[in-house]
Amino acid sequence: MAEYKIDDHVDITDVVCPVTFVKAKIAIEELETGQILSVHMNGGEPVQNVPRSMKEEGHKVLKLNKNDDGTFDLIVEKGEE
Amino acid sequence: MAVDYAALKKGGFMRQKQKNCFSLRLKVVGGHLTAKQLGAISDVADKFGNGYVHLTSRQGVEIPFIKLDDIDKVKAALAAGDCEPGVCGPRVRTVTSCQGKEICPSGCIDTYALAQELSERFFAKDLPHKFKFGVTGCQNNCLKAEENDIGIKGGIKVKWIADKCINCGVCESICRTRAVTSEDGKIVLDESKCNYCGRCTKACPADAWENSEGYILSFGGLFGNRIHKGEEIVPIIHDKTTLFRVIDAAVEFFERNANSGERFRLTIERIGEEEFKRVIWEAYNG
Repeated sequence: MAEYKIDDHVDITDVVCPVTFVKAKIAIEELETGQILSVHMNGGEPVQNVPRSMKEEGHKVLKLNKNDDGTFDLIVEKGEE
Repeated sequence: MAVDYAALKKGGFMRQKQKNCFSLRLKVVGGHLTAKQLGAISDVADKFGNGYVHLTSRQGVEIPFIKLDDIDKVKAALAAGDCEPGVCGPRVRTVTSCQGKEICPSGCIDTYALAQELSERFFAKDLPHKFKFGVTGCQNNCLKAEENDIGIKGGIKVKWIADKCINCGVCESICRTRAVTSEDGKIVLDESKCNYCGRCTKACPADAWENSEGYILSFGGLFGNRIHKGEEIVPIIHDKTTLFRVIDAAVEFFERNANSGERFRLTIERIGEEEFKRVIWEAYNG
């Protein structure tokens, strides 16, 4: 997606809840405030929970893009430390 | 002296095949037992039973092999541990519930609080036949609401808040009934498709939905000799006054019309679905 400049990617399709969020959380902690992470995830449970959890951690969810293979990419901007 | 088995059954003492032995059913609401209660149950099972309990299909606890002669001692020991005997026979049975929104991330309503209210109002009420209430917190239906004579399912009616929406697309992706769609940056909710599961508002990272909790009622469920899925009649109800008015009307319909030993569903069929619906709609409309 050309809409956002992605600073880093993390793939959480190889893990299941609750590790999905843990993996995404570790990835976003590596970034600086204002940088953007793309989280590659499966549909269903991760889509239900990861965006909300990101918000609760103080990050800003920008977009959820649906891919043709049924996976999703969640675009998140890192919040204040 | 002749043993009054009906009175014992009413008081939760279920006659066993084994002579003079009873399986003692306890009162449990919504599958919730304190550590203190469990301790008392454990002591009674050890001292007066065979050292084990049976967990019933409806979240109850029974202590088998209680002897007729020990009944008073058993009741006293249980009372000291905050336990009360349950009921059997033609009356309102254990009110069951899932853990609901206080514990479960999917829950839309406080099921346990509602189960307690229902139990206080109806538990052990004598009726023409057994009568079961079950409360489930959401569309996942862990508590199988429609198996019950009256089932209550929690839901959330949502309304989109344009100002807060960041157009991330999470709600559209998460909606199982395709009630939520996005058109030119606007979220459109097709209320005819919405099943009030609340997944959109729970997943929303921007709190861009206004929530209104509600109760979806089903009537006449059977899951024994005959199987029938409880049916919804009126729309989701958002206040307890209306909820209890409709429930009271349904229970009263059963009390007034049922033959002895006739389950709620069969009464509805014999009297007529249309008449039952009329009664429920009348209560719904106040």
